[in-house]
Amino acid sequence: MTDLRTHAEEIHEQFADQLDVDVETVEERLDTLVNEYKVPLEEARRSVTNSYLDEAGMERDELGGGGGNEHVELASIDTAEQWVDITAKVVELWEPRSDAVGQVGLLGDESGTIKFTKWAKSDLPELDEETVYNLGNVVTDEYQGNYSVKLNRTTTIEEIDEDIEVGDNSVTVEGALVDIQSGSGLIKRCPEEDCTRVLQNGRCSEHGEVEGEFDLRIKGVLDDGNEVHEIIFDQEATEELTGIELAEAKEMAMDALDTTVVADEMRGDTLGRYYRVTGPTLGRYVLVNDLEVLDGPVDAESVLIKARSI
Amino acid sequence: MSSAPSREVARRVFAREFNDATYTFKESDDERAPVYALLPTGERANRIFIVGTLTETEDVGEDSEYWQGRVVDPNGGTFFVYAGQYQPDAAAMLRELEAPAYVAIVGKPRTYETDDGDVNVSVRPESITRVDESVRNRWVVETAERTLERIQAFESDTGNEYVEMAREQYDLPVENYRRATVEALESLEEPEAAEPSP
Repeated sequence: MTDLRTHAEEIHEQFADQLDVDVETVEERLDTLVNEYKVPLEEARRSVTNSYLDEAGMERDELGGGGGNEHVELASIDTAEQWVDITAKVVELWEPRSDAVGQVGLLGDESGTIKFTKWAKSDLPELDEETVYNLGNVVTDEYQGNYSVKLNRTTTIEEIDEDIEVGDNSVTVEGALVDIQSGSGLIKRCPEEDCTRVLQNGRCSEHGEVEGEFDLRIKGVLDDGNEVHEIIFDQEATEELTGIELAEAKEMAMDALDTTVVADEMRGDTLGRYYRVTGPTLGRYVLVNDLEVLDGPVDAESVLIKARSI
Repeated sequence: MSSAPSREVARRVFAREFNDATYTFKESDDERAPVYALLPTGERANRIFIVGTLTETEDVGEDSEYWQGRVVDPNGGTFFVYAGQYQPDAAAMLRELEAPAYVAIVGKPRTYETDDGDVNVSVRPESITRVDESVRNRWVVETAERTLERIQAFESDTGNEYVEMAREQYDLPVENYRRATVEALESLEEPEAAEPSP
């Protein structure tokens, strides 16, 4: 019976603000389903929760974790659909692209940053840039390996009078550049507003045939013999890595009547060399902000001492 | 961790150990499953990264071009590299490069059985680039570190499955590879000692 009681208490807590029910009633309903109708406990809980949702006129995604959320750091968010509490500064507000979105932007804490979305229908107060808030009961989400948090009707927003030094999720990785993948070198991007997709044979997967805009980028792989890291160089970082600027790359492609000569040239100049790069992570990629060529002398002595001693 | 098949790490190995890695295996029955060479220090290798001195290139093909390159590491061990029509970029590099030159090669281990029943191990290159001495030296130290890590794991009896496999498949003392590592590192020390002090 104690098991049912625990579940009843949890369900009760979720609806405590919206409905006037007591724990005993919830437990009774669970008991009927589980012990009389032999419904599995999980299903019973779902069914009872649903009926209270109906009664309260709520959607399932408005249902909070009942205040028992974990308070987490932004960088530690790595699972979707978790109810959490966070303390974060609004780093940037972006222009919402849809009427359904009330506010959208970037939150930050010491550990890093994360995108947030606040639904228009959630009826929450406006957040201000550069202001720190305690945000209770937000739900995590994931899209293509990137995590975000959603503010919803049950989210509590409390402005607090302190500042946060926002971390930048940066990582540093090093190793030999062992591959430059396809889609690197001189590429064309879709010119449509807010669409930066890379064209395949002159086509954008969203907007069809378009007049693309030239750009440089490299998708590479750094490998230190123990681990591999996929890294992306944007135009600026690609120019720094290869010494080939966009104008020169266009000229090379024009002369050869072929854009792939650019990536081939870049491969010859960079593959097999050692680099150390630093930048934020985006899904499985590290975006290169800082680049260091590791071509200085190496310390063989300490390794030699180890080699002799084992 | 992620659902996408992860890219194979390029192992660092000196030629002496690589050429002893005659046992290959797959980890699934799928025709396209990766083939691994078993390194005698107890690690699987589906890809390797080597930097050394290209000392000789030769077109050994009969009907079509098939380039052989010899790449030597500081122990004097030789990696045999073969590139034909299915590795056009690597074949072009072997055709064009003038030996001697430092080269960096990313490639796959391949084995073939000779007429008298020996198994030879070679490299099928994915890329070949010309590099300078600093890259070669960094590779030697890095390869020494990785080799020592494997030797330590081999000797620690932690029950690593590839260490177990190496014990079963080979009768090769890992001491040989420790000695090769020491020699390779010593070769880096010598020229520095000969330099005049500042």
